[in-house]
Amino acid sequence: MEKRELTCIGCPMGCQLTVTMENGEVTEVTGNTCQKGDIYARKEVVNPTRIVTSTIRITGGDKERVSVKTASDIPKDKIFDVMKDIDAAVVPAPAHIGDVLVKDVAGTGVDVIATRNVETV
Amino acid sequence: MKTYDIVIVGGGPAGLAAAVAAKEAGNDSILILERDHELGGILNQCIHNGFGLHTFKEELTGPEYAYRFIKQVIDLGIEYKLNTMVMDIAADKTVTAMNREDGMFQIPAKAVILAMGCRERPRGALNIPGYRPAGIFSAGTAQRLVNIEGYMPGREVVILGSGDIGLIMARRMTLEGAKVKVVAELMPYSGGLKRNIVQCLDDYGIPLKLSHTVVDIEGKDHVTAVTIAEVGPDRKPIPGTEIRYTCDTLLLSCGLIPENELSRSAGVKMSPVTSGPVVNESLETNIPGVFACGNVLHVHDLVDYVSEEAKRAGENAVKYINDGCKAADSSDVIEIVATEGARYTVPSTIDTERMSDLLTVRFRVGDVYKNSFVSVYFDDERIMHNQKRIMAPGEMEQIILRKTQLQEHKGLKKITVKIEKE
Amino acid sequence: MYDVIIIGAGVSGSAVAREVSRYNVSACVLEKCEDVCEGTSKANSAIVHAGFDAEEGSLMAKLNVEGNEMMDQLSRDLDIPFKRNGSLVVCVHKEEIDGLKTLYDRGVKNGVKGLKILTREEALEMEPNLSDDVEGALYAPTGGIVCPFELNIAMAENANMNGVEFRFNTEVEDIKKGEDGLFHIRTNNGEYISKVVVNAAGVYADKIHNMVSADKMHIIERRGDYLLLDKEVGNYVSHTIFPQPTKYGKGVLVTPTVHGNLLVGPTAIDLENKEGNNTTAAGLNEVTAKASENVKNLPLRNVITSFAGLRAHLERHEFVIEEVKDAKGFIDVAGIESPGLTASPAIGKMVGDMLKDMMGLTEKSDWIATRKGIKSTEGLSIDEMNALIKENPAYGTIVCRCESITEGEILDAIHRPLGARSLDGVKRRTRAGMGRCQAGFCSPRTMEIINRELGLSYEKITKSGGKSNIILERTKGEESHS
Repeated sequence: MEKRELTCIGCPMGCQLTVTMENGEVTEVTGNTCQKGDIYARKEVVNPTRIVTSTIRITGGDKERVSVKTASDIPKDKIFDVMKDIDAAVVPAPAHIGDVLVKDVAGTGVDVIATRNVETV
Repeated sequence: MKTYDIVIVGGGPAGLAAAVAAKEAGNDSILILERDHELGGILNQCIHNGFGLHTFKEELTGPEYAYRFIKQVIDLGIEYKLNTMVMDIAADKTVTAMNREDGMFQIPAKAVILAMGCRERPRGALNIPGYRPAGIFSAGTAQRLVNIEGYMPGREVVILGSGDIGLIMARRMTLEGAKVKVVAELMPYSGGLKRNIVQCLDDYGIPLKLSHTVVDIEGKDHVTAVTIAEVGPDRKPIPGTEIRYTCDTLLLSCGLIPENELSRSAGVKMSPVTSGPVVNESLETNIPGVFACGNVLHVHDLVDYVSEEAKRAGENAVKYINDGCKAADSSDVIEIVATEGARYTVPSTIDTERMSDLLTVRFRVGDVYKNSFVSVYFDDERIMHNQKRIMAPGEMEQIILRKTQLQEHKGLKKITVKIEKE
Repeated sequence: MYDVIIIGAGVSGSAVAREVSRYNVSACVLEKCEDVCEGTSKANSAIVHAGFDAEEGSLMAKLNVEGNEMMDQLSRDLDIPFKRNGSLVVCVHKEEIDGLKTLYDRGVKNGVKGLKILTREEALEMEPNLSDDVEGALYAPTGGIVCPFELNIAMAENANMNGVEFRFNTEVEDIKKGEDGLFHIRTNNGEYISKVVVNAAGVYADKIHNMVSADKMHIIERRGDYLLLDKEVGNYVSHTIFPQPTKYGKGVLVTPTVHGNLLVGPTAIDLENKEGNNTTAAGLNEVTAKASENVKNLPLRNVITSFAGLRAHLERHEFVIEEVKDAKGFIDVAGIESPGLTASPAIGKMVGDMLKDMMGLTEKSDWIATRKGIKSTEGLSIDEMNALIKENPAYGTIVCRCESITEGEILDAIHRPLGARSLDGVKRRTRAGMGRCQAGFCSPRTMEIINRELGLSYEKITKSGGKSNIILERTKGEESHS
């Protein structure tokens, strides 16, 4: 049996959640005041994921950085691997919102897409 | 210079939403004046996600959220001028502005919408002792340098203030390779969202020290170390609790101040609590035809509420013009008083005649309240008593008033909003 | 080889440089910082004192009154803001009321004009926000306010226009008098040789003096902490409000500045640290406590910044402006603490006269007495603004929104003689970044202009020279480019 402590992010209450796990399965969530806490805890201990946002170098554009995000959540423990690929990338202008700038970032199967427009100059 | 019915001061989220709403309400003579070289305001540098859940039912980054409105402005053919600073707004609604191409010009407007946003509280206003070296930034300035210009202020960072910008920058600096050593917060609670505390600090093992402040800054030329100390209930540092961090950067995220210099010189009446204009149900200031929305009115927690508020300001400006630019009749006005835990309300007066069927009144609380009630009194009668599991100063609260409800209470003079334990 | 080398480009050194520039002489100013006005001259009360404080017959008293009288003409010649707002020394303790008469008498003997002792009622009529405890006040109509940066910068610029060279980032390490009878000055930027040396090194004047003289000098750094308040409350008082003086000086004053802010300070804390211009919590608390004794309900929530300056204090509390006895040709301008800013034009003149006599200097026929300041857009009409923008569109772009400073003004500050190269250099010349947001908004924009105009890469742009770089590097490990 394993116990994990978490802070719920559902609202400003910030309930201190205790998750009990057995063989990788959640058996109990305590400390939550509402259903949100239970759902959050079950996801966060088994498969925590995050959207990563950053910038990528862009050449020949009206800006020198284009803001980007992962098109969907990536595993939390892959954040720095994703950043490594994002930092290494250099793309030519133009870039528009939604354009894929890095495909399958860090082997996550998720693309990195532009979140703003950078036009060619 | 061309004349316009509606001049909107500021092309950030508030100004954009106000412009779109005014256009959709039927006015074709709108001009947005924006001081930066692009529309979108501060959202352009807020590259993190979490915007738009209320407005678009999806999570967007700041630039994406801004672009949703920018695109509407462009598609609707609304005019705007970039790199243009408004220098003065006169009480008669003549707007004086300036840029390189047009020089200094004046526009006599029928209605003006104030949407200038807010600025960060600088180090000086915080009375932090120590040297005054390079390496001290307000969090937003650092955010601009990192996200827009692509420059890193430093590698070892201490952050004072746990508002959302401070938390977001802790993560940004970490992802860009810096070591964020600590986030210190003067208050016993954080003003930021729980989600940001978990995902910006806890995820990266960055300690948050509540009830702490900076007591010394070292470094003659450049920051070399920062000392923080615990504060007592009087918010004064407790001797003997000092912790020194070597670092090259100090970021400050210690509150936002609505930028109302233009409003003040126009003669707009201000609230000492919000540092924003005092407005009525139409988001109209004491000067008829001058409206305010967004962070210039009161600092918001979510941009979605800015957009919603600005939409109302835009619609009301059109209504004001369509109704012949008449000043509101002040004889039959209901005052809204915030007291006992509620710090202020926006709006602060209601003219039942002019109000919409449903009116959202927003306010903030002055402390953390658990399992307490938001109570609304019509004169001495309690008519609303909503229990909330938690309320915190960092988040806006709201009540919704129905026009019919107010009309039923003939002779109603005062609405009181307060927080009650039971 | 120079005829005259001046060490220090503060207000004293720059005043001397300007006076020296009248003569047919080669002169150079050595300054350890990257700009003029980097020491005591940049952090003080910005007051033009009337002259009733200093001991009768002292050099301090003489130069104070002379400097005060020179300020009207000088401010016109150099195009700098100066205002005679008058000062009040306020008595709030009945038993100390006689002190006002003592000051009055001393002032009369020092030659201060127009002094008047006011009753409580007269004082309150003049300044309604004085403390309710006010018992009386000494009114000095000749008291004034000046921008210390602009005074310092203007004198240096004018000297430079008239041929005086300035070497920045040049720190004097040693001075030897050679067998050739000349001074050999070793610096971090090589050796400089001159016939005469003027030591105007502020808090370092003792260190410089002691390089050439066996008669050792000791300067005590007397720190003064200040608070600067928003222009919104700049007219909270209209005169400069002093408490009654003590042995530590003139005490904590409350004054409008010539640019419309309210300034409160200083403390007087003796140190042995020439770089110790950090504020402390105790110091800032003392400022607020003491200022509140004379002015009621000070609007302290409007503080926009705090800072500290170091006064170059000598034990004997007197200006030392003389040729060093055991180092002929070496002139000290030392112990220049308050009223040094006021006295600076007179100090410059005095040293100029000394050099003229000593070296038999002749006046230039083409000396330029005047200098035009940076064209300010403040208060210009729409037509005037448009004429300016038509000529130079940069005046149409506001860079600092708090103080309404245009790009045109910043370009002027960068490209004029002894132009700005850092954010503080721009700030002290134009006020960009000096307003209520304290450069939060304009610093990235000012950096962009410095980058473009001076070809300095972002990483090399500093706040105030030295190692005060604003940013460290590009993100994403990108190589720097300018």
